[in-house]
Amino acid sequence: MSKAKVNQGINLDEYKNVWIIAEQRDGKVLNIALELLGEGRKLADKLGVELTAVLLGHNMDEAAEELVKYGADNVLKVDHELLKVYTTDGYTKVITDLIKERKPEIVLIGATTIGRDLGPRIASRIGTGLTADCTRLEIDETDGKLLQTRPAFGGNLMATIVCPKNRPQMSTVRPGVMEKAKYNVDRKGNIEKVIPNIKDEDIIAKVLEVIKTEKKEVNLADASIIVSGGRGLGNPEGFKLIEEFAKKLGGVVGSSRAAVDSGWIDSSHQVGQTGTTVRPKLYIACGISGAIQHLAGMSESDCIIAINKNPDAPIFDIAHYSIVGDLYEIIPAIMDAIDDADNILKEI
Amino acid sequence: MKIVVCVKQVPDTNEVKINHETGTLIREGVPSIINPDDKNALEEALRIKDIHKDVTVTVLSMGPPQAKEALKEALAMGADEAILLTDRAFAGSDTWATATILSAALSKIGDYDIVFCGRQAIDGDTAQVGPEIAEFLNLPQITYVSNLEVDEDNNKVIAHRSIEDGYFVMESKMPVLLTAIKDLNTPRYMSAWGIFQNANTTEIMEWTVDDLTVDLTQIGLKGSPTNVYKTFVPTRKFEGEILEGETPQDKAREFLVRMKERHIL
Amino acid sequence: MNFDFTNEQKMIKQSIEAFVKNEIEPIAEEIDKEHRFPRETIKKLGENGFLSIPFPTEYGGAGGDTISKNIVIEEIAKKCGATAAIVSVHYLPINLILRFGTKEHKEKYISKLAHGEYIGAFALTEPNAGSDASNVQTTAVLDGDEYVLNGSKCFITNGGEADVYVILAMTDKSKGTRGISAFIVEKDTPGFSIGKIEDKMGICASSTAELIFENCRIQKENLLGKEGQGFKLAMIGLDSGRIGMASQALGLAEGALEETIQYLKEREQFGRPLIKFQGLQWYLADMHSRIEASRWLVYRASYLEQTGKPFTVEAATAKLVASETAMYVTHKAVQMHGGYGFMKDYPLERMMRDAKITEIYEGTSEIMKIVIASQITR
Repeated sequence: MSKAKVNQGINLDEYKNVWIIAEQRDGKVLNIALELLGEGRKLADKLGVELTAVLLGHNMDEAAEELVKYGADNVLKVDHELLKVYTTDGYTKVITDLIKERKPEIVLIGATTIGRDLGPRIASRIGTGLTADCTRLEIDETDGKLLQTRPAFGGNLMATIVCPKNRPQMSTVRPGVMEKAKYNVDRKGNIEKVIPNIKDEDIIAKVLEVIKTEKKEVNLADASIIVSGGRGLGNPEGFKLIEEFAKKLGGVVGSSRAAVDSGWIDSSHQVGQTGTTVRPKLYIACGISGAIQHLAGMSESDCIIAINKNPDAPIFDIAHYSIVGDLYEIIPAIMDAIDDADNILKEI
Repeated sequence: MKIVVCVKQVPDTNEVKINHETGTLIREGVPSIINPDDKNALEEALRIKDIHKDVTVTVLSMGPPQAKEALKEALAMGADEAILLTDRAFAGSDTWATATILSAALSKIGDYDIVFCGRQAIDGDTAQVGPEIAEFLNLPQITYVSNLEVDEDNNKVIAHRSIEDGYFVMESKMPVLLTAIKDLNTPRYMSAWGIFQNANTTEIMEWTVDDLTVDLTQIGLKGSPTNVYKTFVPTRKFEGEILEGETPQDKAREFLVRMKERHIL
Repeated sequence: MNFDFTNEQKMIKQSIEAFVKNEIEPIAEEIDKEHRFPRETIKKLGENGFLSIPFPTEYGGAGGDTISKNIVIEEIAKKCGATAAIVSVHYLPINLILRFGTKEHKEKYISKLAHGEYIGAFALTEPNAGSDASNVQTTAVLDGDEYVLNGSKCFITNGGEADVYVILAMTDKSKGTRGISAFIVEKDTPGFSIGKIEDKMGICASSTAELIFENCRIQKENLLGKEGQGFKLAMIGLDSGRIGMASQALGLAEGALEETIQYLKEREQFGRPLIKFQGLQWYLADMHSRIEASRWLVYRASYLEQTGKPFTVEAATAKLVASETAMYVTHKAVQMHGGYGFMKDYPLERMMRDAKITEIYEGTSEIMKIVIASQITR
């Protein structure tokens, strides 16, 4: 196999349509696939082309139907026993073959732990660029190329990336950022069964077993209230107070990267550029100064409260409500106030 | 056994600040560090060396001459040899071009059993270079490795590959490319022995484009399929409200009232 | 003249900073409160070579320099005075065994001490021989192939925790200080027991104990150096040890200043952060200036030791200035923290308590002045 090349002056006009790679696990389509359909639909409409979802797996008829209802014009359903569980080798081969044969203009992949394994392997086999972890996608009004915006330097900087001379234009898209497609039960689309050219020996790195961790799930992405702690807690015990506070509000505990790096809390709680991106109804940042890397993961929250001793902390720049003070005084006071809410609200 | 670890020297993004007037990054005074995930990759290679006989660990980096510091740090942690790829022709490389250059260097090194990278670098956060190297060298890959066992007798590795809600237990023959995540291990410190006996006595090899067999049209800015169209500083959208009060209790009361007004609580 | 760190010194500093942040800072308050000797931390320091920096590689040393060794003590002291004291004292017997020990001594002890498997201690002080070291009353009498030790030592840092002790004892009372000899005594030697464990004002996580010798028989081979060399050996050890103590004092002062600046930036009174008040800024400038003066005295003394030049006066000067600076800075730092400075929730009160000992042990400030004066008035 010889290495593909880029920037070879290919005919860009041969490439048409928007594809999304619809990730499923255990036959169930992931939310990110619906987000990609939402975003893909917009791009396809803007370009006046079709939106195709590529679905790999085994025994997933329902999933294919679902993709149509969520806006796919076409679904390429590749059903094979060897594709039941994701493997880099299997999925790369099948999707690369399809892209080479059908020449889509844009391919979007979810920036999940799997998408980020698959995306670069496909792009480098085909010989095209890939932009990682995009948070915004637009079509350039002048020449129709895809403008792919993503955070860099830990979210300190936003960069818009283009792939001018190679096709398809490929992006992985950060989960939780794009708006999900609307479900329409009456929507119709083509579901095409594709027979893959894949053999057992194509898969070199094999999955022996899939283990679901039993550790308590920190479901930050779906939480409607998140109380996060940072270095300002001063010590790992501070998270006990955060936990108590979160429990009182019916929320879950998040954290900054600094707190995780200090070993105060497990990385599964981390919110931010390198952690989970969240968009809760209420986000309370306690003792978090607001490194951009953190802000990148929570600034879209509906209501942000910041509690910090330092009035100059950057977190206050994005907070809807800022409380300057010692969190060890403020949080207990808030918890008391909640207990006493009826009386307090009556007074006012 | 031969392990090559690819490391990148990066600015510590925890320390990066922004000049809000000019909208640019303030990189001055920001310490340069070995990219954290790469350090986990290096640690794992060194652990394999601790356990197995006859393992050599080579660290490979592409960057400006000052990236030697990162390589010295790797030597002080216990790596056997270090190679820096440095040339103006490499400047402006995107992940494709970077992976092209690194894989050319890996081909020159040859005979590796494991190529180890960090999952992603904290300055670019792309997580693409590892898989792209694997593709160019036609190697199997296991990314997001959180646990690793090397079975030298059967020339294979067994790895836990982390996913959002658990992990895959995976097996691959060697040679293989692996990418490490934080959960894999805790990197060791530079030891005093490493600092005095290895880091400053082991020569760091410097390779330029002339030392590599590489297609010049596929490296640097002109060999990159992706280009930066523009960069900008994320903007703040609004002015928030400061909840005033003499005592913590006053502030807590203000908080409660706002939450009720907005029907959040 | 060159005031820059070498590459190696920069890397040592970087590495020990990371070590302190991960392994020492998080437990500093706790081990102080619980008076808990941080044995695991010492072991980890040893595993990473931080206890063997200036020693030759043939005995497991890192083959590095004395300044690097003292940088390690300084960095540790920024966050934990007790751990720094333990390390500084631990270095003393290693240094003496390397300089005066036989090949067998070195093979038996150095590698284990340097790797933190063994902890070392040095015992000179007695109830009646503090600053006046010549009044040693512990005796060692040769009986066949063995020396028999009798007497007691007090205020011995690492006492009770150490595995290897270098003990000073009188072998010939008639010769005064020239009748003092040094011996290597292992813990658990019959006749050697630990007496009172002291309850101290500061460096509470370190151990300070009384050592009791009652017909304690040790092999003749445990004599370190020659008979009668003990006092000279002790002075050499202490000269070097004083630079370690000065480094500890320097680190404590730096740590206290860092904490204070951080606090003043965060704390607001009268509508602005405390850091904006000029009165407090002047204190900070004073603290900083004294720290810098200490720093260069400490580094220069280390440099002289490293390059084999005489350094007795320089070591004494460095210890005098650095320890008084540590006291001045921590005292001011507590004051600038106001009520919080007095509370155990903040590290300042611990730092102030820890600083005090640096003016006392391995020669009080007054003894330092005698050492300095005796040299400059010759």
